[in-house]
Amino acid sequence: MALSNEKLVAAYSQMRLIRAFEDYLHEAAEENNIFGFAHLYAGAEACAVGVCYHLEQTPQDIVTSTHRAHGHFIAKGGDVVRLAHEIFGRRDGSGGGKGGTMHVADWAVGMHGGNGIIGASAPHALGAAFSAKFKKTGGVAVAFGGDGASNQGAVFEAMNFAKAYALPVVFVLEDNGYAESTHKTYTTAGDPVSRAAGFGIPATAVDGADFFAVIDAAGTAIERARTGGGPSFIHCDVPLFHAHFEGDQETYRADGEVAKLRADRDCLKNFRDRVIGEKLVAEAELDRIDESATQQAAAAIAAAKNAPQPPSDALYTDVYATY
Amino acid sequence: MPETTMRAALNDALKLAMRDDPDVFVMGEDIAGGANAPGEDDAWGGVFQVTKGLVGEFGRERVIDTPISETAFLGMAIGAANTGLRPVVEIMFVEFFGVCFDQILNQASKFRYMYGAHAATPLTVRTTYGVGGLSAAQHSGTLYSLFAHIPGIKVVVPSNPYDAKGLLLASIADDDPVLFFEHKAMYDVVGDVPTEAYKIPLGKADVKRRGDDVTIIALGRMVRLAEQAANQAKAKGISCTIVDPRTISPLDETTILECVRETGRVVVVDEGHPRCGMASDIASIVAQKAFEDLKAPVSLVTPPHTPVPFASNLEALYVPTVEDVTAAILAVVNEQGNKREK
Repeated sequence: MALSNEKLVAAYSQMRLIRAFEDYLHEAAEENNIFGFAHLYAGAEACAVGVCYHLEQTPQDIVTSTHRAHGHFIAKGGDVVRLAHEIFGRRDGSGGGKGGTMHVADWAVGMHGGNGIIGASAPHALGAAFSAKFKKTGGVAVAFGGDGASNQGAVFEAMNFAKAYALPVVFVLEDNGYAESTHKTYTTAGDPVSRAAGFGIPATAVDGADFFAVIDAAGTAIERARTGGGPSFIHCDVPLFHAHFEGDQETYRADGEVAKLRADRDCLKNFRDRVIGEKLVAEAELDRIDESATQQAAAAIAAAKNAPQPPSDALYTDVYATY
Repeated sequence: MPETTMRAALNDALKLAMRDDPDVFVMGEDIAGGANAPGEDDAWGGVFQVTKGLVGEFGRERVIDTPISETAFLGMAIGAANTGLRPVVEIMFVEFFGVCFDQILNQASKFRYMYGAHAATPLTVRTTYGVGGLSAAQHSGTLYSLFAHIPGIKVVVPSNPYDAKGLLLASIADDDPVLFFEHKAMYDVVGDVPTEAYKIPLGKADVKRRGDDVTIIALGRMVRLAEQAANQAKAKGISCTIVDPRTISPLDETTILECVRETGRVVVVDEGHPRCGMASDIASIVAQKAFEDLKAPVSLVTPPHTPVPFASNLEALYVPTVEDVTAAILAVVNEQGNKREK
């Protein structure tokens, strides 16, 4: 795949922004958790950004997300300032402060929302794919889900439906090994790629910490969907750098497990090594991105911290269009 | 106006909506039927033939037979509604929501509230309910109150062919998720239905008749029973108001309370289970807002708190009858009725 400097810079900027944003969120949570159940995405940035690398940041291409949604929101082109406001429950958040960390959405860029019910969003991606096919827009839908969701009936039903009706949808399984505190080896039979292949869906597994592996697999899958080839499945093995949710003491992890993941499987470090080694992007430019992403994340969170909460009458609005 | 069955009125509404708006499509299990089977196409037209003939006029792109995967196709319809289409989904029997309830409870109902005003879900879900045809415990329930409990969902319960057509057209045009309940024993009920398209606004009750003594509030198939019982009561010199709410969310409290205040006596007739149901909800509203106007305790006519039985004698005992309603009317005016032991 030919990689332009411009697109690589944009991708790295998004990955670094997700990381920096969540580092600040983690700090804020440690100080005083006001987010409810915040599930941080850090570690899997290459997956969200690598998949969305091939998508339009418009309603033409839709992603449906999970409870761990911050990365998908930024990768699909959502505004980090509105994201920060939503996570802090502020009036100017993406959902007016009424959705919160698990329900961040921006339909204008095709980010159809985080979802607190595991696996429930996979059928919504079918619907977006159906609309694209019905209206012949050439659009594609991506259903992000985790290894926990991979054991939900909704996901299996969606895979069957997608293949039987040849819908332009890509299922991306972000496998961090843990469904909350329980390891997949205790709960899960078979392997995800074989399961998808059982539906006749082209299925592949990649290292989700390797941006370049992700964009290759996603490029093939999204092109297949766009050209009428039906659904695909990508299994991304991703490290989880934080706890299941902020405030979780991670007593289910081994001593040193997270430190080792951060040392060995950091997608940002992998990206830097590769583009510097292959002279695709200069090290100094990457350093400048690191600095500006960090500033952008800090500014978003600082603004959200002091922003107004929703007005009281917002309790009653947007339940219905009319009632 | 031509006389039309409930089934034909609903079929007509679907055709008119699909002709009017190319973004409307219908989807469900066997709504055409016969796909890839060696026999006829459009073999069933839905298990109650409400969608018969649609596939011939609109093709399989807009009339979609699904796998028996209610979560997948209900969720898919939600996603399609979120991306510019106007799906009309059929869940064959209301009990089948047991396998896909999350898509109503946590998904379609909450998107606008969680994601913001731009997050529209213009979805209509048709389903069947009610005792009829010895369908037994998993195909006979009257569970609309489960849905009326959920903010973000509208719930429509038509009682006659005219209302069914106008309410279905209004539901399909509505920008919120609407659950539309069709009583399976009412598809052959006939009534006068205009041939043209018309809409009945959601949230407006219909006062079927006005009387001085008792207000009967009845839903769905129970409206007919209320009318027959009111005729029996009239022979005894008791005049009744009958209110058909037509939609239970939104519920037209204004009309209900206005009628209750006029008569001071209330009978609520509901085929749903008695605990946390529409009958108890309406009684609660009356008690809170019209207590001073009541001349007698509110009387509820519902089935007992049991599943629907199969055996014909038990099924007949389960469902409210005209005599039950008449007895309740007489009781609230302090006259003796033939109340059945349950």
